[in-house]
Amino acid sequence: MEITVKTAEELRLTAEEFELIQQKLGRTPNFTELCAFSGMWSEHCSYKNSIKWLKTLPRNGGRMLVAAGEENAGLMDMGNGFGVVFKIESHNHPSAIEPFQGAATGVGGIQRDIFTMGARPIASLNSLRFGNLNDVKTRWLLAGVVHGIGHYGNCFGVPTVGGEIYFEDCYHTNPLVNAMSVGIMEAKKMISATAKGVGNPIFFVGSATGKDGIGGASFASANITEESTEDLPAVQVGDPFQEKKLLEACLELAETDTIIGMQDMGAAGIICSTAEMSAKGGVGMRIDLDKVPTRQKNMKAWELLLSESQERMLICVQKGKEAIVLKIFEKWDLPCSEIGEVTDDGILHFYMNGELEAAIPAEELVLGGGAPQYTREYTEPKYLSLIADFKMLDVEDIVNEVELKNTAEKIIQIPNIASKRWVTVQYDSMVGAANTSTNSPSDASVVLAKGTGKALAITTDCNSRYVFADPQKGAMMAVAEAARNIVCSGAEPIGVTNCLNFGNPYNPEVYYQFVKAVTGMGEACKKFNTPVTGGNVSFYNQHPEGAVYPTPTIGMVGILDDFENRMTLDFKEAGDVIVLIGAQQNDIGSSEYLHKIKGVEYSTAPYFNLDEEYQMQQFVSSIIKQKLIQSAHDISEGGLIVTLLEKGFNRDLGFDITADTTGYRKDAFWFGEAQGRVVVTVKKQDTKNLIAKLTDAAINYTVLGTVTALAVTVNNHNWGTITEWKEKYDTAIEKIINKQNEPIIHN
Amino acid sequence: MKFGVVVFPGSNCDRDMQDALQNDLGKEVIMLWHKDEDISMFSTDDCIVLPGGFSYGDYLRCGAIARFSPMMQSVIDFANKGGKVLGVCNGFQILCESHLLPGVLLQNGHQQFACKNVFIKADNSQALKIPIAHGDGRYYAGEKVLDELETNNQILFRYCNELGVVDMKYNPNGAVRNIAGIRNKQGNVFGMMPHPERATSKLLNNMDGKKIFEILGLN
Amino acid sequence: MTFNVQIKVMPLKDLLDPQGKAVLGGLKNLGITSIEDVRVGKHITLQIEAATENEAKAIAEEASKKLLANPIMEFYEIEMIN
Repeated sequence: MEITVKTAEELRLTAEEFELIQQKLGRTPNFTELCAFSGMWSEHCSYKNSIKWLKTLPRNGGRMLVAAGEENAGLMDMGNGFGVVFKIESHNHPSAIEPFQGAATGVGGIQRDIFTMGARPIASLNSLRFGNLNDVKTRWLLAGVVHGIGHYGNCFGVPTVGGEIYFEDCYHTNPLVNAMSVGIMEAKKMISATAKGVGNPIFFVGSATGKDGIGGASFASANITEESTEDLPAVQVGDPFQEKKLLEACLELAETDTIIGMQDMGAAGIICSTAEMSAKGGVGMRIDLDKVPTRQKNMKAWELLLSESQERMLICVQKGKEAIVLKIFEKWDLPCSEIGEVTDDGILHFYMNGELEAAIPAEELVLGGGAPQYTREYTEPKYLSLIADFKMLDVEDIVNEVELKNTAEKIIQIPNIASKRWVTVQYDSMVGAANTSTNSPSDASVVLAKGTGKALAITTDCNSRYVFADPQKGAMMAVAEAARNIVCSGAEPIGVTNCLNFGNPYNPEVYYQFVKAVTGMGEACKKFNTPVTGGNVSFYNQHPEGAVYPTPTIGMVGILDDFENRMTLDFKEAGDVIVLIGAQQNDIGSSEYLHKIKGVEYSTAPYFNLDEEYQMQQFVSSIIKQKLIQSAHDISEGGLIVTLLEKGFNRDLGFDITADTTGYRKDAFWFGEAQGRVVVTVKKQDTKNLIAKLTDAAINYTVLGTVTALAVTVNNHNWGTITEWKEKYDTAIEKIINKQNEPIIHN
Repeated sequence: MKFGVVVFPGSNCDRDMQDALQNDLGKEVIMLWHKDEDISMFSTDDCIVLPGGFSYGDYLRCGAIARFSPMMQSVIDFANKGGKVLGVCNGFQILCESHLLPGVLLQNGHQQFACKNVFIKADNSQALKIPIAHGDGRYYAGEKVLDELETNNQILFRYCNELGVVDMKYNPNGAVRNIAGIRNKQGNVFGMMPHPERATSKLLNNMDGKKIFEILGLN
Repeated sequence: MTFNVQIKVMPLKDLLDPQGKAVLGGLKNLGITSIEDVRVGKHITLQIEAATENEAKAIAEEASKKLLANPIMEFYEIEMIN
């Protein structure tokens, strides 16, 4: 067939890119070669519209053991020779089409990134965004995604220990499914994603290849329209059982001295893994595609190159040690075949039944090599003027104590705030017997890193409405909240992985959000000394009316060297004194209260000051180490009242607050979401000491009241018992979901 | 008493069981591969554990494929000779599929996977807080079998509340007669859905699992 | 009148069927080695009140399309029994 610019465009390459490919090859590519470029130069694999800005993030230093983006996931030093490996990745578009398989394969993909490095995954988290929960389509997506995450994670045997779920209209047709995994290993045993040593054999292991998700790499880069639901071949089916076997086999292999390098096959399957491993090692490969085990007959070369069948790995093995590798995979009943070898010319030669199908210099395909990098223009979005026009005075404050209580009751039942137990109970959160947050809740999930003598505190955070209101500050707040959650758990934040979910990058207003968010994220990560170890960019998250809220999800890992320093969030004992650390603000901007109760779509981002935040966190960290406080829980969505109630739920302890709200709007005092605040409890006899330390450190504080046995009392008004509040909080989401017993409708 | 823990493809609580038995209960543990057959190192005073997980992906029926593995043939012989066998979660399902225990484990009544702390009790014990994590944990057997189980004191654990009150309200999966765990008539084969190995460590702030091993006589 | 309808729901031909694959592995371990492929689906029976067979068939068709099969993953075949 004749290859023209039209063919290229059908494969979602631009005319300029087609020109560039011809220049690089010095000839017109054949169809197979063009497919290889299409996959590798897709947004998903090449980061062509984002890499320029990603490079501005702090990408080394601290405890980092490999530079950002160099390996399948980030690796950071835990001390004592151990390393923590972690990464977050999106699977938004597949989940929009087929939520169960989309989410399941998302979980599978991120686990492979971790164990490809030789680490054993010990914890998963996921950050999810859906439309309005009152909508039937949202409930279908939610049920499918949650089932998919549970199906894969539960069977694979890694606990799902945390994450977040938000419901906002902008995610109606384009939900976000971001999956994070964290693993541990002996740092010196890291397996690199590289191929080296001419003549070393290349092995293909794991599931046989079928026509799953062919073109998925390109598909992931396309807007979702009604028609794409017809895009059948894009669906991939995950097999967690196969992946569990693959995990154990790979970790067994990691204990031998047979491996030069290993990479999992994700987007753009074989072409991506061969190109990246070759480019990294500065070598080429000769691959016999007919030796790849297939599930279907008569697969074409381009189909084999691009197939995204799950649970597959490419391994470069030391020549002479093939038998050891074959034996391990045979033990685990996994297909394993030698499909080629390393060559010295830097070119990928793909053969099929002896015929040369494609010859491409590996370097030309990859990010950092020949893949294009674009500088996109950006302009300030028009809606930001609506946000600047927001006047708090136009919003009527709460008038009396009855309205205050009623509003608190509504707030605690907003799906973004209410308990997510309907979801989390469907995940195995305890396999591994290492999740300490089950019985001792804290702001971040604290997971024992068995065998290292340490624990990890892990969280994902991003309030995308804040980012929408102020992309730069909002991204800083996402980093700050993640760090705050880790500090409140008694740990030290060490590093970040990010999942940048944005709309169409060719829209300058969307790109403005991206640029500003990355800038803010970089600033905050520098401040907290948490370099960005890697992650993923997902563009084209659109609905018919425009882009989703800019959602730069932060996955952060903290280290707990001494488990004695672990801090929990819940009230411990009646009589303890409740102290708010950090300054109250006259601010209701972008709060759940303003957005969901008052219905204000455009408002300024909440109060945030990076230096104050950092100082406050350092202080909280110091008083935890001094064993001065009994509990710590930060203030986030829903404001102070939600923090207080959440502190009471675990042990059914109430509180009696007699706060002087003079000078503050009532709504701002109770429901405002100003950043940089943590509520702690302290034994009565230690209160003086705490206040002296706060005064010394010049940190704002408010003594709010005391912990009670059961009763909730606010400004001398009886608010009932904590158990009644807990019932409302726990069942709000279930009530919406169970409202109608609806059938599952396939789009 | 030493322990053997069988590893099937898809087992995922094998390491947790090993960890709990070795480090929290101070027992000797030998891991057993499903393709092997040799368990001559165990006497009938010892105990073979079938751990939780998704053996063979739980495809077809939970435990149905694992039941035919070479190691299971040895375990069945071992049990028939009076050796102690404990199956937890997927292990319980395998024991039922192998007919070492009566009854069957059906999909949870609410048709969802459920992972949380629940309370269970033996006839003469307090309520113990033990985690569950299963999609197919609804114990079911015919009335005649159930009556026999009751008569022979074969019902080891029932779901209850934190005060030890047994009621369907506290039953997380719809199991008939609130059954969480049973033993065989001879008293050497035990099966239970909740995971005692997830509750034997101070760091996890739950030690009730140790009491389960005591009740089973496996301490 | 009442029509008895049987519906066979199977994973799409070109999609991976993990369950079928695991069952195949189990059969091989049992020594039944001559089976080349296994695919696992669902068999559903419906009783439909309708005036004509065509109407019943249309109802079964709609039920299959909307709920019983997920067209992204599965195909179905309808068989009228009486």
